[in-house]
Amino acid sequence: MTEQRRSNARVVGWCLASVVGMFAFGFALVPLYDVFCEALGINGKTQGRYESTTVLERDDNRTITVQFVAQNGPEMPWEFRPVVTSVKVHPGEPTTVNFFARNPTGLAMTAQAVPSLSPSEGTLYFHKTECFCFNQQKLEAGESVNMPLVFIVDAAIPAEIHKLTLSYTLYDQSDPAAVSAAEQTQITTNDNG
Amino acid sequence: MRVHAKRAGALLGASLVSSQAMADWTLNMAPGVTGTSNEIYGLHMTILWICVAIGIVVFGVMFWSIFAHRKSKGSKPAHFHENTVVEILWTIIPFVILVLMCIPATATLMDMYDSEESDIDIKVTGYQWKWKYDYINEEFGYFSNTTTPQDEIYNRVEKNEHYLREVDNPMVVPVDKKIRFLVTANDVIHSWWVPAFGVKKDAIPGFINETWTRIDEPGIYRGQCTELCGRLHGFMPVVVKAVPQDEYDAWVAEQVASAERERELTSKDWTLAELMERGEGVYNTNCAACHQANGEGMPPTFPALKGSRIAIEDMNAHLDVVVNGVSGSPMQAFGEQLSEADLAAVITYERNAWGNDTGEMVTPKEVFDYKNKE
Amino acid sequence: MSAVIDTHAQDHHHGPAKGFTRWLYTTNHKDIGSMYLIFSFAMFLLGGTMAMVIRAELFQPGLQIVEPEFFNQMTTMHGLIMVFGAVMPAFVGLANWMIPMMIGAPDMALPRMNNWSFWLLPAAFLILISTLFMPGGAPNFGWTFYAPLSTTYGPPSTTFFIFAVHIMGVSSIMGAINVIATILNLRAPGMTLMKMPLFVWTWLITAFLLIAVMPVLAGVVTMMLMDINFGTSFFNAAGGGDPVLFQHVFWFFGHPEVYIMILPAFGAVSEIIPAFSRKPLFGYASMVYAVGAIALLSFVVWAHHMFTVGIPLAGELFFMYATMLIAVPTGVKVFNWVATMFRGALSFEAPMLFAVAFVILFTIGGFSGLMLAVAPADFQYHDTYFVVAHFHYVLVPGAIFGIFASAYYWLPKWTGHMYDETLAQTHFWLSFVGMNLAFFPMHFLGLAGMPRRIPDYALQFADFNMVSSIGAFMFGATQLLFLFIVVKCVRGGEKAAAKPWEGAEGLEWTLPSPAPYHTFATPPEIK
Repeated sequence: MTEQRRSNARVVGWCLASVVGMFAFGFALVPLYDVFCEALGINGKTQGRYESTTVLERDDNRTITVQFVAQNGPEMPWEFRPVVTSVKVHPGEPTTVNFFARNPTGLAMTAQAVPSLSPSEGTLYFHKTECFCFNQQKLEAGESVNMPLVFIVDAAIPAEIHKLTLSYTLYDQSDPAAVSAAEQTQITTNDNG
Repeated sequence: MRVHAKRAGALLGASLVSSQAMADWTLNMAPGVTGTSNEIYGLHMTILWICVAIGIVVFGVMFWSIFAHRKSKGSKPAHFHENTVVEILWTIIPFVILVLMCIPATATLMDMYDSEESDIDIKVTGYQWKWKYDYINEEFGYFSNTTTPQDEIYNRVEKNEHYLREVDNPMVVPVDKKIRFLVTANDVIHSWWVPAFGVKKDAIPGFINETWTRIDEPGIYRGQCTELCGRLHGFMPVVVKAVPQDEYDAWVAEQVASAERERELTSKDWTLAELMERGEGVYNTNCAACHQANGEGMPPTFPALKGSRIAIEDMNAHLDVVVNGVSGSPMQAFGEQLSEADLAAVITYERNAWGNDTGEMVTPKEVFDYKNKE
Repeated sequence: MSAVIDTHAQDHHHGPAKGFTRWLYTTNHKDIGSMYLIFSFAMFLLGGTMAMVIRAELFQPGLQIVEPEFFNQMTTMHGLIMVFGAVMPAFVGLANWMIPMMIGAPDMALPRMNNWSFWLLPAAFLILISTLFMPGGAPNFGWTFYAPLSTTYGPPSTTFFIFAVHIMGVSSIMGAINVIATILNLRAPGMTLMKMPLFVWTWLITAFLLIAVMPVLAGVVTMMLMDINFGTSFFNAAGGGDPVLFQHVFWFFGHPEVYIMILPAFGAVSEIIPAFSRKPLFGYASMVYAVGAIALLSFVVWAHHMFTVGIPLAGELFFMYATMLIAVPTGVKVFNWVATMFRGALSFEAPMLFAVAFVILFTIGGFSGLMLAVAPADFQYHDTYFVVAHFHYVLVPGAIFGIFASAYYWLPKWTGHMYDETLAQTHFWLSFVGMNLAFFPMHFLGLAGMPRRIPDYALQFADFNMVSSIGAFMFGATQLLFLFIVVKCVRGGEKAAAKPWEGAEGLEWTLPSPAPYHTFATPPEIK
């Protein structure tokens, strides 16, 4: 019977180890997914600041249209739009464009722009050397700003891609404590209503 | 009780009428009006017939056994329980069928992912519970809301032919042009589907997806949101109007001009009566689904506006709730979704309808200033 | 119900304690098996009631019975209760009752853990069901609870839902560990792995699937919990997270979960068809390999639930090919069942009726599954009633008919009485007709363009929805007949022989009926 117990304990031990392992694996999927997305350029997640020591090759025979769209996240009152809606660029040529943002509210607010690129197959070939999306943006009440983006399209971009669309969604990242204090009054009045 | 009886009567009447007028026992997918949708229809029919053929063989053998090899008919059981040749055969044959099926499926899929230059780019944004269409190159955009009246939904009046599949502002596109859709969402995941195009793409907040279509025939094509997105998921239709190129060009010119007129509306002098009239329409489209046409809401989730402090006391608080929404509640920010004229009209309406007779009005100009105040 | 249980208990002459504590403290696999089965049937009725609410609202276009908010709570709770409360516990109940008797073991390997894994379930479901009465209502985001609808936009009760899922997960994992330990360690001498009944084999593989994926489910709901309550951004784009990641992790659990719900039914049907064909199962070894292949493939097909979220072409192709590949081992199983019936001496008692219906209707569900696997076509089928038809064809005549077949097959062994054959056949025919009437028109609705999870629909869908609702009411009402048949069988009836089925094979039939409270205290000899 003790032999029996020992083998039961062994099975339970292995099973529990697998359970713990698979639970950890569930969480490991999060970074793994990011690695996958970055390596294969899936899901349109553009990478962080591009840094390269080699000068990118220019290809003046090809023209790629880069299109910009901007939208606000939920309950984001800022005015936010690209200054130009599209530019035509040659691969390898650094290009600067601006996005306009204005905080029309009476409070200072902080925002974060989240980029996404389509078609996602182009993500690997779209390099940002400077972008407002690398940092949070803080605007005082009523303040407006032109935010720069500098990018280079890689000459290695697949031939079938003619147009890239870069989308930014702007999310409110203001300190929740300050905002909720301001909103508290709204909610109470609303509940009473 | 009488109300119930009336409702039941209306219900019965509506159902009789609808089953006569709409008797529609559609059994199969429709081929649609685009190259993609036709290819998909072809694939669908091919795989369907393959399944039917396999089904006839398998069920044929099975039913033959059921009828011929019954104990009650004196059948004596055989004793075989394996046959390597047969088992290998019925592994390989389905595999070959599947490989053959994959060939056209792969070709269609590659077509659907085609990234050739497009003629028109439209950004489709899903909101709880409406769509926004932005014509990127022409730099205008608008919301598309369902127009099905609450009375039809709650069976108080007869349902119209396009019940739940009608909107105020359909998407308008030209035929025979490659249209590229950039699909995203504001709040939760939605999915934009027009069956006649074979186009369905999830709209994901923070991310942008693309798909495309090229429509062969002019017409009005209807679909709806296909990803559960909350309470009014079933009330989020998609209507696309495909028109010849010249008609499309005229429509675009009209849109650009009306955006200009909208700006003029903002600066115009309005009377209370004008604002009330416009406000009622805006209210029924945007607010009535939650706060109800009679302003009584559905507490506690959707507070009543009739007699509410927000609607009869401080004007600035009212503006703030409508323009900026209330975070942590279903009340959305309408500041960006509605024009200044519509915002002014709806706020004025809420302050004067259902016995909220404050007599106060707010003009589009004041809303504009409020939105832009420092 | 307690009267029934007491009568049941009195049939055994030695062993069980009396009263409620017997059930609370029991470590007997037969007691625990019965409790699992009773619990799962109660959940089946509750989840079914919710389905009746859904079908009543969809009987006609327009909103007449419930508001959209409550409708969404009903679809969500119906899915969760049927998957985690009805189907999975029913199979664990069958495993508890039958696995020790089929492999010649005296009990489950870990009896005290067995007691725990059962009693966690009522606790979990009490929490889940109580959310219906909380402010803001029950979860309303579908049983797939996609973020951010379930996180940022979820009702306050979401945290309780997460807690309930955690407890269910622990219960399932404990049950799975017990099954694995029992099968690996307690087989009678001479019962080699390749001599085990197929029901035992399919459960062994199911248990491994449970151990592999239930922790992933626990992980994903934990991430939700952190997003909701601790300000993390796993699935929130605003904080750099990704809503699509949720779907990847969820379906990594979700697809194997589908096989968890069907593999034990494969096993049961593989016992029943040979018994009533009076002929050995055709291709035993290939059956075992096919189940193994299905289980392995289930880990690499998850994204076929996500063809429209915008995965790149290469991904779509991979998941399409992998999914279609599953049709091969599944086909092998169907061919084997048909070959088993071929040239047998068939008779059609209730277990066989349900098993034959299982093969036919599950195959139809398999066909629509194959259609859904074709990625381009899936762009039209995805999230329509075609999908609803598909998975109900796999789960109702698949999992649930498999459970009914098993129940009728083994009831004489459990109770010592034969069930009422006429009533059982009535139960079958009403279920069969009701089920097809309810779910077959859903194929047409989906192809015509009706999305799933909507409380109201355009007028062109009215006719088939009415037909479907009538079928659903018929199927639902019929299940009360099953309750009656089982109660009647427990209370009395014709005495069952040790082996009531002429063609049945297996160690459980060497025991008397009803099976004594303690069986195989000394392991049987297997030739």
